[in-house]
Amino acid sequence: MGRLLGIAIWLITIASVWMFLSGKWWFPASISEHGPRVDSQFTITIIVVGIAFTAAQVGLGWVVFKFRDNADKQRATYSHGNNRLEVIWTVVTAVIFISLAIMGQRVWASLHLHSAPPGSYQIEVVAQQFSWNFHYPGKDNVFGKTDPNLIDDSSLNFVGLDDSDPNAKDDSVVSTLAVPVNRPVELILRSKDVTHSFFVPQLRFKQDLVPGMGIHVHFTATKIGKYELACAELCGMNHYKMKSYMLVLPQNEFDELVALPQDKFQTKKDELFNKYQLPTY
Amino acid sequence: MAEATHPEVHRHPAPTGFIRKYIFSLDHKVIGIQYILLALSAVVVGMIMSVLMRVNLSWPGTHLKIMETLFPQGAPGGVMTPEFYLSLVTMHGTIMVFFVLTTAPQGGFGNYFLPIQIGADDMAFPVLNMMSFWVTFVGFLVLLLAIFAEGNATVGGWISKLGESFAGGSGTVGPIGGWTGYPPLSALGKIAGPGQGAGVNLWIISIAIFCVGSLLGALNFITTLLNMRTRGMSLMRMPLTCWAWFTTAILALLSFPVLLGGGILLLLDRIAGTSFFIPGGLYVSGSTVPLHNGGSPLLWQHLFWFFGHPEVYIAILPGMGATSHILSTFARKPVFGYRAMVFAIFAIGGLGFFVWGHHMFISGMSPYSAVAFSILTLSIGVPSAIKTFNWLGTLWGAKIRFTTPMLFAIGFVSLFVAGGITGLVLGQTSLDFFFHDTYFVTAHFHLVMGVASIFGMFAATYFWFPKMFGRMMNESLGKFHFWITFLGVYAIFVPFHAMGLLGMPRRYASFGEYEFLKNSHSLVLFVTIAAIITVAVQVVFYFNFFWSMFKGKVAGDNPWEATTLEWTIPSPPPHDNFAGVVPVVYHGAYEFSVPGAPNDFIMQTEPEGVALGAELGGASGNGGNGHKA
Repeated sequence: MGRLLGIAIWLITIASVWMFLSGKWWFPASISEHGPRVDSQFTITIIVVGIAFTAAQVGLGWVVFKFRDNADKQRATYSHGNNRLEVIWTVVTAVIFISLAIMGQRVWASLHLHSAPPGSYQIEVVAQQFSWNFHYPGKDNVFGKTDPNLIDDSSLNFVGLDDSDPNAKDDSVVSTLAVPVNRPVELILRSKDVTHSFFVPQLRFKQDLVPGMGIHVHFTATKIGKYELACAELCGMNHYKMKSYMLVLPQNEFDELVALPQDKFQTKKDELFNKYQLPTY
Repeated sequence: MAEATHPEVHRHPAPTGFIRKYIFSLDHKVIGIQYILLALSAVVVGMIMSVLMRVNLSWPGTHLKIMETLFPQGAPGGVMTPEFYLSLVTMHGTIMVFFVLTTAPQGGFGNYFLPIQIGADDMAFPVLNMMSFWVTFVGFLVLLLAIFAEGNATVGGWISKLGESFAGGSGTVGPIGGWTGYPPLSALGKIAGPGQGAGVNLWIISIAIFCVGSLLGALNFITTLLNMRTRGMSLMRMPLTCWAWFTTAILALLSFPVLLGGGILLLLDRIAGTSFFIPGGLYVSGSTVPLHNGGSPLLWQHLFWFFGHPEVYIAILPGMGATSHILSTFARKPVFGYRAMVFAIFAIGGLGFFVWGHHMFISGMSPYSAVAFSILTLSIGVPSAIKTFNWLGTLWGAKIRFTTPMLFAIGFVSLFVAGGITGLVLGQTSLDFFFHDTYFVTAHFHLVMGVASIFGMFAATYFWFPKMFGRMMNESLGKFHFWITFLGVYAIFVPFHAMGLLGMPRRYASFGEYEFLKNSHSLVLFVTIAAIITVAVQVVFYFNFFWSMFKGKVAGDNPWEATTLEWTIPSPPPHDNFAGVVPVVYHGAYEFSVPGAPNDFIMQTEPEGVALGAELGGASGNGGNGHKA
């Protein structure tokens, strides 16, 4: 039984490690400035984790393989432990784990512990059960006033835009996110009803949208194209299809789009939407 | 230890009537078995729910006649609706976390064996003990009521009479907001979706009741362990199981009140118009939400996870204790680094209170506090690694007897490593960017707090069954159960990591909407098949459990040749455990293979002179000093 169990543990280890190494199941290709840094941090981490996992499982397999009971064997070794070993493995794991922990803050710090770089383009995101609204400031680059009391889905005022505010005249609210390529984007994330989460896998970015809060985040997309945007925080019955898209546009197309008034914005966005294809998976 | 010298202080005569003997019993052993039976019932419901979820994910649109009969609304034509799926997600999590992983390891085995292992004749407060079980049981009934209040139109009709926020009969089997119940989704009532009326109210009430039951239990465990150890049972001579139950009780004592408080606030938001968690200006399902202002959804997350993270350790620490105990027994070796193991249990328990924020990196809380939580989270890997090293050290140079409990204990070590180690990935803020709320997380916590804990409990069941019922469980069936379950749980949960790498979000009723998930179909199907086989094999365990109770081979007092106090008394033990005799302890808990001793094990009660080898205890390092204390 001991040999069989040892071998079974080794086979499980091989299968698990193969699943990560095979490359059949991996992140979708990254499209953001910070994405490659997330990926390399993951690679470093998974190598450390993989080595620790393999060492522990191979070790476990070995002791059950080797130290099984057989009739001719004398008694088991009588030992209560070894303080030196305890100190060594405590210090070694502490050094490795804490180093990983500190390394694991770098991308986070670069995005979240700094405010958006100057020149970032601001877009307000308003999530609701089960759709997304993206509010663009228009030509004047100033968001029109919004008021939750003015929200009325039946008259299509999804974000409660105050029409009496002159700054609101050129604003557009659409259901697809369009961002410029290679230019920092600052999103102001809000929710009308319950907590949602903004997730574009290729962007390596996820952030909750919390009712009552306006959460500022920023990133830079680096690859033109069309990408799926999913809700990642359970928000109700149709959570699984609270879907939208993010278009990453060349600067000129983006500039042209965001200068348009609402109705033309919508048409142009649809045109661009059809122009770009989803990545192949 | 005054009690120990006056045993009559805690003695109460054996009851004779059926009700006082088996139902409202004050005997910690009966109460322990009641907890175990509660967990064995609850886990069936939880498992059926997981199979239904897998069927829906792999074969959407499957017609199940029984579903149509039971839930005509939630599964019209026998096909599950997305909201029905989400209510299964919620109830599966709630049942498993509270009524399985918190009841069996602590309330069940802890109740039965902690007093015996320290040489006490019962818990410190037997009446409190009885109450803690029955309160917990009522909590379970209320949770079952939530299933029918939402799932059944007739029951829903009755419940709806309690008030507007109790509107039921929506066709689900409970709330649809997950076991974490984040407001505002959970706070707004039925306008937020099906299942969010009576389902949520009953769900909160059930958990609140559960918290009370757990608190009563925790007080009892701590008092019993500190005050009722028998003569010679110094702290450092206690079995590691007792250390684990003790630490777990402290965690429960400090964390459940916070959940209880949070639950009451959430209920008030729902029924009394308060705004603890509901901010102003909400617009839900086509209309503005009046009368609420100033609440914070994040407040709930802090309260919930301040409880929720220690809860993970409440689930797994008893499994760690049982594993250490069983590994040592069947390795025929003392526990390697006993003192280090005790410190590691405490370090895990202590650090466990300072890491709750890692559930909230992307919640909108301060990104600076995320950094602090992240570093503390990875430090918890250190005591976890210490435990793993010491388990391997215990097995090194052993003479392993591969009994069923030993197989499950070894399985525990393997699964604990596999599940725990991905905490190093998820605990990093920069990686949580991607992995938060994906199947990578689902893989991590199922392996470590779900499956590893359950393996600890299987090991404990096979190990202590002979003591509890006087008969052995069948070894061949036990081994069959081990092999399929061990391979099965890996087959289920390892592919979850691959799904997480693809970015698959958890709590999705279907993956068909997204192109980026289309490569996951074969993985999803593979997992479903593995899950169905693994769940089916549990029938063997149930059969073995109940069949062996009556037909198993009769066990002697000490069938495993173990050392601790429970093996010095008859199987099953008499009503007051030691029949009025106060056991005296002379040795540490794990004196196996002592050179020069007549047997390869020395019972804790064996007087010094008889076992000359005990003198050597201090010579070989770590645990030895403690054992001689």
